[in-house]
Amino acid sequence: MKIQVIPYNIFVIPFLVGVALLLVICLYKYIRWIGKFNKQQRDTIKKNWFSWKIFSAVWEMFREGLLHVKIFKKNFLLGVMHQAYALGWFLLIVVGFAESTLTMKYLQQENSVERVYQLENQGDWYVKEKGEGVIDELTLGNEEVSKINYKRPFYVSIFYRYFVHDVPSSFRNAHLFSNVMDGLLLYVFLGLTMAIIKIMYSRILGMRRTTRHTIVDRFSKFALWSIFPLRLLAESVTACLYGNGGFFTQTIGNLFDPMIVRGMEHSLWMFYSVMLSVFFVTLPFTRYMHIFTELFLIYFRKIGVKESNEKSGYTMFELNACSRCGVCIQGCPLDKELGNHKVQSVYLVRSIRNQERPGKIKMIADDCLMCDRCSVDCPVGIDLNAIRRIVRNKGTLDTKGNYSYVHENKYSFNAIGRIAYFGGCMSHLTPGITESMEKIFEAAGQKYWYMDKQRSVCCGRPLQQQGFLNQAAELREKNSDMIEKSGAVMLVTSCPICYRSFKTEYNLSIPVLHHTEYIDMLLKQDKIKVRKDDKKVSYHDPCELGRGCGIYEEPRSVLKRVTNLQKTRYQKDKSVCCGFNLGNTVLTVEQQTKICNASLKNLTSKPVDTVVTACPMCKKAFIRATNEYPVRDIAEVVAENLIN
Amino acid sequence: MPDFGFSIKTARTENLDKVSLEKYRELLRKVPSFKRCFQCGCCSATCSAQQYTNFNIRKVHTSFRRGEYNLLSEELKKCMLCGKCTLLCPRGVNLRSLIMNMRQLLEEPVK
Ligand code: SF4
Ligand code: SF4
Ligand code: SF4
Ligand code: SF4
Repeated sequence: MKIQVIPYNIFVIPFLVGVALLLVICLYKYIRWIGKFNKQQRDTIKKNWFSWKIFSAVWEMFREGLLHVKIFKKNFLLGVMHQAYALGWFLLIVVGFAESTLTMKYLQQENSVERVYQLENQGDWYVKEKGEGVIDELTLGNEEVSKINYKRPFYVSIFYRYFVHDVPSSFRNAHLFSNVMDGLLLYVFLGLTMAIIKIMYSRILGMRRTTRHTIVDRFSKFALWSIFPLRLLAESVTACLYGNGGFFTQTIGNLFDPMIVRGMEHSLWMFYSVMLSVFFVTLPFTRYMHIFTELFLIYFRKIGVKESNEKSGYTMFELNACSRCGVCIQGCPLDKELGNHKVQSVYLVRSIRNQERPGKIKMIADDCLMCDRCSVDCPVGIDLNAIRRIVRNKGTLDTKGNYSYVHENKYSFNAIGRIAYFGGCMSHLTPGITESMEKIFEAAGQKYWYMDKQRSVCCGRPLQQQGFLNQAAELREKNSDMIEKSGAVMLVTSCPICYRSFKTEYNLSIPVLHHTEYIDMLLKQDKIKVRKDDKKVSYHDPCELGRGCGIYEEPRSVLKRVTNLQKTRYQKDKSVCCGFNLGNTVLTVEQQTKICNASLKNLTSKPVDTVVTACPMCKKAFIRATNEYPVRDIAEVVAENLIN
Repeated sequence: MPDFGFSIKTARTENLDKVSLEKYRELLRKVPSFKRCFQCGCCSATCSAQQYTNFNIRKVHTSFRRGEYNLLSEELKKCMLCGKCTLLCPRGVNLRSLIMNMRQLLEEPVK
């Protein structure tokens, strides 16, 4: 007679229901979102869905989904916490699966009827003739058992200690496994403890402020947090009764009195299963949806899918990949300097995802400097400003601009072979910069065409940032036309706002350089000569130049040649926005000045003679805010120190 | 000669009974800093669009203030939102916000 042996207890039902619902809901959501990808994104997927990039995507999934390397880099303790949860739980599942698989293999090899008797007496194993119903002990005894077949439903590994009290003595690794599993459980507990500390004293974990969560999120978090203590209790009680625990659960189990806990064992396992189920069912509706969604996002991003100007399926993946970790709150100047705790990216993402009132979403999206600090900090790498742009999209208001006047005044200047110099609107308010640039061009013997000397056309970025996308495109077209037709060989601009626009939103055929890059190039090629003075200066990284375009080293290399550059506390990608970023139209001048003062304070925390920046906007902002320190642009500093 | 909006106007009458200031009041609610404007014209003097055409932002917001909304919508589309005016305004009027809100209000039907 062939028999089958199957572990089963009623408490696996909640768990199974939870898993099934989780799968169904997630699948439904993912399929719907993928269906909502726009044409361009779809084409990208069709073209690249299977390419070598998959390998780097998998590697990044492992690094960010489990190890959380990016959070580690930002904040070590926070990284430990996130990793303990993710990696700890993941390994619990993987090792648990290995443990149950191997044990069952040994049981299979043993092929002993005595063992089957023993298991059946435990009350949670069913012995069944192949193809027939459940058979009881007596009938089993009568016939020769030719083959024992152990069934291994996937839930065994989750409730392993309950089902397997005793393993064959030939299975030597049993002890090792139970100790490793206990170690992993402890690891998860480390994360849990840190999470509790974070709620009470977030500063210990290096967080100024943590995210305010919704009720649903808190409920789900409660379920998540109770899973592991319940598992520990259940395993300890089982260890107390049957002595099958590892170093941790057995120690705790030994503290219990078997007579007292015997009746509790089953309920504890039941509780554990129910909590798992509650967590699974709430997962798709809470921030924990990020666990799986982040993996998809990484894949799509790797194969080149990009955010568009409208909300699309890809946006849904981005929104749901946010873990509401609150890292984006830490550096936000609106939070830090103005005490506005409602508009940070985490709340923007959440309010769109939860489909809150459009007015509220718009309010959050509008009140932001677009300083990019949060985008750089976000460990998930969500394109936060693209999401802001989607909300800011002006729709019907953005039909067509009235820019026909720009063409009427086109220059008939011959610029073939020259460098086109674009000062930018803001540079016209800081003529020191443009004059210095002219001096530098002359010193280098470079022929140039000062495009916007008398009349400036805006680059279009301010319109773009405010969601007037069509009008911005109109201006871009006019500028592109002018540049391409002029025959210039290179475009140099003094304004980082324009620079970013030319670099990322235009499609110019000639190289685009910010003046810091250009000066750096001249210095390296020895086209201009400078003397070095001993003034102490601090350098402010403009948002659009630094975080926006990644230009951190060129200005520093220039400044080191001409003057004595000091480090500041917040610099490079951590630099504090000057407060006057054109991305914001909601702040009052007073509020902007407050942020500006904070930025200035960072720049002057060490004694310096001059504050240097590379953006006409920042320069103007700082000049307004201080009489104490002279504020110069890099071009001015270099022009002053030119040796002819 | 750029037109700063200071030219002498011919005499005219306005029928105040017919003027609806509803939109203007709404504008003040949305951009309170506009209350501070003292009509100096710095915004127009620096305006990037003004260098090309007779677009005059001071004229535009002054007309809005008087309840003369005709043609303003088309006129405002000339603005490039470059922000020079906001930076220069001596009274701290948030002109970019003002311009966007004017456009929004002009778009909406009169209540
Ligand atoms: S947006 Fe990024 S940084 Fe902010 S909470 Fe979400 S995942 Fe964290
Ligand atoms: S872009 Fe800057 S101002 Fe806006 S939410 Fe992010 S950090 Fe805050
Ligand atoms: S610059 Fe300011 S105060 Fe002067 S007219 Fe313009 S808005 Fe009014
Ligand atoms: S934002 Fe508009 S009104 Fe103001 S200076 Fe620029 S173009 Fe002129």
